[in-house]
Amino acid sequence: MYSASDLRKGLKIEIEGQPYAITDFQFVKPGKGQALYRCKLKNILTGTTMDKTYRSTDKVGKPDLMQRDMTYSYPDGEHYVFMDDDTYEQVVVDGDVVGDLKYFLLEEMQCKVLFFNDTAIDVELPVFVEKEIDQTEPGARGDTATNVTKPAKLDNGYEIQVPLFINEGDLVRIDTRTGEYADRVNKK
Amino acid sequence: MKRHLLELRSRVLAATRDFFQKRDYTQVETPVWVATPAMEEHIDAVSAGEGWLRTSPELHMKRLICEGMERIYQMGPCFRRGERGARHLPEYTMLEWYHVGIGSEALLEETLDLLTALAPLGEGTALADLGAEPLIMTVQDAFWLWAGWDPVDAFDADRFDLDLVEKVEPVLAEQPGPVVLKDFPLERSALAACRPGPPPVADRWELYLGGMELANAYHELTDPHEQRQRFLACRNQRQQRGQDVYPLDEPFLTALENGMPSCSGIALGMDRLLMVLSGCEQIQDVVAFSKG
Repeated sequence: MYSASDLRKGLKIEIEGQPYAITDFQFVKPGKGQALYRCKLKNILTGTTMDKTYRSTDKVGKPDLMQRDMTYSYPDGEHYVFMDDDTYEQVVVDGDVVGDLKYFLLEEMQCKVLFFNDTAIDVELPVFVEKEIDQTEPGARGDTATNVTKPAKLDNGYEIQVPLFINEGDLVRIDTRTGEYADRVNKK
Repeated sequence: MKRHLLELRSRVLAATRDFFQKRDYTQVETPVWVATPAMEEHIDAVSAGEGWLRTSPELHMKRLICEGMERIYQMGPCFRRGERGARHLPEYTMLEWYHVGIGSEALLEETLDLLTALAPLGEGTALADLGAEPLIMTVQDAFWLWAGWDPVDAFDADRFDLDLVEKVEPVLAEQPGPVVLKDFPLERSALAACRPGPPPVADRWELYLGGMELANAYHELTDPHEQRQRFLACRNQRQQRGQDVYPLDEPFLTALENGMPSCSGIALGMDRLLMVLSGCEQIQDVVAFSKG
């Protein structure tokens, strides 16, 4: 258990069996009253947010959360198989947990997998992945503007907005946190 | 360190002293290092050798009132253990003043005059915020309206603190100018005198700006017997919670026994006022050094 004085922004806590991250934290003390800790919380599983105020005497649950370094191996139907870098244990991660990151997964990719009570709940990819553009309308020659975009598709069907100068067959870097185009990779 | 903020602080402190000097106040300096801190339920003092650092200059200033001074003010550091946040520092600057012969309403007028005098020094919307007509309401009305219960009729300390922070203060934050909450439940009278009512309430008000508590004022308790009882009750509560207890301030109680004239007094957080005047959201931005 945490005591209220341990609370701070970024700390992960457990309430009624659910893991929450503290996204905002404020020490408050109404005139002549007791010290209170106001928290904005985000449910790590569902993403829903809520406000909660703790007294200095309150105890707060500590979630069983563990992040493990894992290597992505292969897809298995609706699931994805990762291997623990230390123990070589194979872990099957639910497709819902991987979500749209499935478009960026590459074999042998080094990932971080977050476990809550031994169940994988989140996957973190390297910030940038390189993917080839499979389909896009040809851009105007010499147009180097980056603020005008057009739709493009990866070979796995993922749709992405790219600058006009990107052509089919170009290699682009994608930010996995946002799923958006970052820059073009110069081919060797 | 932001130079323009320190320059603003310097101008505001000078203008504040000027305000009181022009109103015939005497600037006093009372001990920062004290033999015993003012006993309050939820305020912890920093110990220093065989004494403590003051949490407030209140008791010494009242002794000066008992000795015949009629208008006194002081601006200086106060210390509270464990308080650090966007609006709290363990060391901060308090402005405190006492005025013999006036009630809490007259003290409110004087306080609003001070804010009006300081407002032109501020940046951004400070002038409009400080100069606006205040919204004055009782604690009872505020809790009925926004928390749905009556803390004067049936006080619940825990719920009072939580609802004040979660339900009432957020609404006060939406008000354009100063907000005054007055007539506190007797259980939250601290060192304020009681008004017989009905309903009987503490003759105390708090001034808010942008939902932030800026000042706390009392029509002062002058009854030595009642004062001793409150100190003892407070000490018991602290003892039960396992908090430090402090010796009773006997010289202060003796001064009350010798007679204290009717007066009103107020404490105002200068750093928070500077937050309003500068538009800073974090208290550490308005001081030169915030980590000791």
